[in-house]
Amino acid sequence: MIITVASGKGGTGKTTVAVNLALTLENILSVQILDCDVEEQNAHLFLNPEFRYSDIVTLPVPAVDQGKCVGCGKCSEICAFNAIIVLGNKVVIFSELCHGCGGCSRFCPEEAIYENPKEIGVIEGGLAGKIAFIQGRLKIGNPLAPPVINAVKKRGKTSQADVTIIDAPPGTSCPVVASLKDSDFCILVTEPTPFGLNDLILAVDVARQLQIPFGVVINRADLGNKDILNYCKGEEIPILTQIPFDRRYAACYARGGRLIEEFPELKEAFKGLWKRICALAKYDPIDEGIIH
Amino acid sequence: MKLAVTAQGKDLDAALDPRFGRCQYFIIIDLDAGEHEAVVNKYSTEAGGAGVQCAQLLADYGIDVLVTGKVGPKAARALEEAGIEVYTMASGTVREATEAYREGKLAKA
Repeated sequence: MIITVASGKGGTGKTTVAVNLALTLENILSVQILDCDVEEQNAHLFLNPEFRYSDIVTLPVPAVDQGKCVGCGKCSEICAFNAIIVLGNKVVIFSELCHGCGGCSRFCPEEAIYENPKEIGVIEGGLAGKIAFIQGRLKIGNPLAPPVINAVKKRGKTSQADVTIIDAPPGTSCPVVASLKDSDFCILVTEPTPFGLNDLILAVDVARQLQIPFGVVINRADLGNKDILNYCKGEEIPILTQIPFDRRYAACYARGGRLIEEFPELKEAFKGLWKRICALAKYDPIDEGIIH
Repeated sequence: MKLAVTAQGKDLDAALDPRFGRCQYFIIIDLDAGEHEAVVNKYSTEAGGAGVQCAQLLADYGIDVLVTGKVGPKAARALEEAGIEVYTMASGTVREATEAYREGKLAKA
């Protein structure tokens, strides 16, 4: 089962939920965590994995054999990302705009376009205790996160883990969609602030469009007002759990601590979260033959 | 000699549009013939690469000189490859931009 933790708004507690859910399950199931926030990965700070590999992620970007090129402009015409211009007989390529789709080389009538791999990031993996850990890191200056996210997910698929927990980036744009796609369940973490609600509504829209069952975790739940609760009630969105604000929790987080190991009440909350996810995703570890 | 000025409207009295790739119109002025025309910037709402495509558009119109507010790094490279000289001006009308260029008062980007 693949569970993605997303949020819309940043800083609501995605990583806290992802990491502590993984720790809750590590003794009953085999768990892997994929940190898909490739622009600002942080789950490793709480899990301290021992990395065993680091693989380069590349994107195929076009280059032109000027000897073969006749300047027909077909490549520029079919590029959906405006990455190619043709000035007379000269083809100019803007690799920073290229999404690596391969269209230009496929459609060049003169076969004048070939592809070079461009390094855009790395994926790193290893073990954090019993938890298998993979993260992606986008190369600084590169704007294109989804290919690195997809590389993390592809590597994750080779694992035999019962449960995969994906820590998604904030927002609702392509990197979030890339992270969330093909998940069995989505946890949307929010906070009771106007920004939390606004971005939750956007994130709900994404989960619904991708047709992924989802529920909401309210973090710092006792601060702010009841707008999130009222919104979820009105939209018939299940509240999976609520984590109150506690200075001790914040202090634990700040030093990279593990909430469920320090606070028994949170251990219970995360067990409850898992049960609700299983019920909503119609996932039964006993039926699946994972727990006997 | 053809000059292009990024503009918020279609005529010589329109205000200069300080954006290059996202401008509303290009006013193309043939300085030798004394004629001008307005070209709608169909790339103004592209998700990315608007400036690059605008450089292509200006190259296709045979533009020699561009007057605009600011040009981003990708567009600057595209304009350079196209051999189009870029001059910058903060505000004013298209007519004023043309005169300023003629009188050599504009700074090269």
